[in-house]
Amino acid sequence: MIRVLKGVVLLVFCAVVIIPFVAVISTSIAPNKQITESGGLVLLPESVDFAAYRSLFAGGVVTQALGVSVFVTVVGTLLSLTVSCLLAYALARPSFVAGRPILLVVLFSMLFSPGIIPTYLVVKGAGLLDSIWSLIVPTMISAFNVIVLRAFFMNLPGELTESARMDGASELKIFGYVVLPLSKAVLSVVGLFYAVSYWNAFFSALLYLNDSRLWPLQLVLRTYVINDTQLGSAELGTELLPPQASIQMAILVVSIVPILLIYPFLQRHFAKGVLTGAVKG
Amino acid sequence: MSLWHRLGRDRVLLLFALPGAALIIAFHYVPLLGNVIAFKDYQPFLGIGGSDWVGWSNFSVIFNGDPAFLRALKNTLILTGLQSVFVFPAPILLALMLNSLFSERIKRIAQSILYLPHFMSWVIVVALFQQMLGGSGLLNNYLRAHDLGTLNIIGNSELFHVLLTSQIIWKDTGWATILFLAALSQIDSQLYEAASVDGASPRRQLWHVTLPGLRGIIILLFILRLGDSLTVGFEQIILQQQAVGRDVSEVLDTYVYNNGVLGGAWGVAAAVGLVKGLVGVALVLAANKVAHIFGEQGVYSR
Repeated sequence: MIRVLKGVVLLVFCAVVIIPFVAVISTSIAPNKQITESGGLVLLPESVDFAAYRSLFAGGVVTQALGVSVFVTVVGTLLSLTVSCLLAYALARPSFVAGRPILLVVLFSMLFSPGIIPTYLVVKGAGLLDSIWSLIVPTMISAFNVIVLRAFFMNLPGELTESARMDGASELKIFGYVVLPLSKAVLSVVGLFYAVSYWNAFFSALLYLNDSRLWPLQLVLRTYVINDTQLGSAELGTELLPPQASIQMAILVVSIVPILLIYPFLQRHFAKGVLTGAVKG
Repeated sequence: MSLWHRLGRDRVLLLFALPGAALIIAFHYVPLLGNVIAFKDYQPFLGIGGSDWVGWSNFSVIFNGDPAFLRALKNTLILTGLQSVFVFPAPILLALMLNSLFSERIKRIAQSILYLPHFMSWVIVVALFQQMLGGSGLLNNYLRAHDLGTLNIIGNSELFHVLLTSQIIWKDTGWATILFLAALSQIDSQLYEAASVDGASPRRQLWHVTLPGLRGIIILLFILRLGDSLTVGFEQIILQQQAVGRDVSEVLDTYVYNNGVLGGAWGVAAAVGLVKGLVGVALVLAANKVAHIFGEQGVYSR
């Protein structure tokens, strides 16, 4: 009896999680007629119609926002990984003269958040307001990720780096040719952590960007889907205008799909990353 | 070896550490100093240095109980309460359910579905909820088509706190099971065998074996949550504030944003933000102390 009840609860929970995704994807590709008849959302499209996507990618606000989001995610992740790995590598070396104080600086920063207003003033003072870099620089490094990387580097066999050092390899060479190739797994975990947070960032864009040409996808999503502002041909840059419902759903899908694509990978590595962080942190 | 000598030897490592450390200092520690504007009449055109000192007067909204501040505090505390009662235990229950599944395959499929929403941004989650439960959403269309009347959920100020809580449960319960499942897998199966030999019913085993096995992780997560207890979902609320009005939706974080960044009352907003941050740190330290008294490890050891 209890077993059946547990099964039902789990099944319902899974259904509640998955149905919204199915409905959104289906509606974005359903034909006009079906959407009008159903009065809004569709769970199973009768046929497939990509009209909504064609108008989104015609070069208007959504195309532009997608460009911004891809740029921020790709460039941001690369910069974040570089900066975090270098710092974590230095901190992982037991003899590093400044290791202890810098590690404390990193750890303590996790204990508090500096607050919205002072952070805004610093970003403003750095001249980053209304610049695409405001979406990257303030969040470029995450203390948590540095700790995860450091824990991994410290567990690498010391003989490898020692022998390279004996052979006269420079610190940069050891890092690039010995340490990094051994760290592909942890690099992909941390890279994915960063990529997801760049892709999903919404508030920094709302706070720092007035110029709507710099808006990332999340801000476009808020304006045209959550606030229900009409998307006309002026914004879309095309005369081709499918119903608002399917355009809105297509914007949602465009912001969900990249995550769905890397999700199998995420799932495998994220769980591991979270546990490493929890145990070693 | 002298310090200078060691600095010289490690100059490459220092160079490696420099950009990362500089970023943390610039965007974590420098803003802390920026909190001085809580004691100033900050004017953007004068800058922090040029603005006048005003002592504690920015804090008067807190000490004299300004109605707008009290409203934000009240909503924050209501949401903290709802989250402690409903959001915090949800992943524990779900993890226990997942753990009792016999089939590894079904368990893995369930996990891949349940973890998914965690990776969606709040913008996506709020949009999905609107599309499902809104006036012309999936649920109401179904009800309308079957002449069952409609349910006013989105944009209904009376249900707003419940809506926020359900969104958090939908988004993060699955993901939060990871730590509990890991802890459950650490429990020695011999304990269960011994208990059942002694005639313990499944319920007694849950009480005497499973829950004690989860004790450490539950206390740890509760302490961390306590430090964040005045942070009740900023992006989530900002996105939905327009629809329901500030009476039910203003919390401390949105108060700081609305009054400071949008309203220009920088000093007052910074004062509220500062007090909120200090209360958070104090709560973590206090909770950690309590954990030590009860013989648990807590976040850091003594």
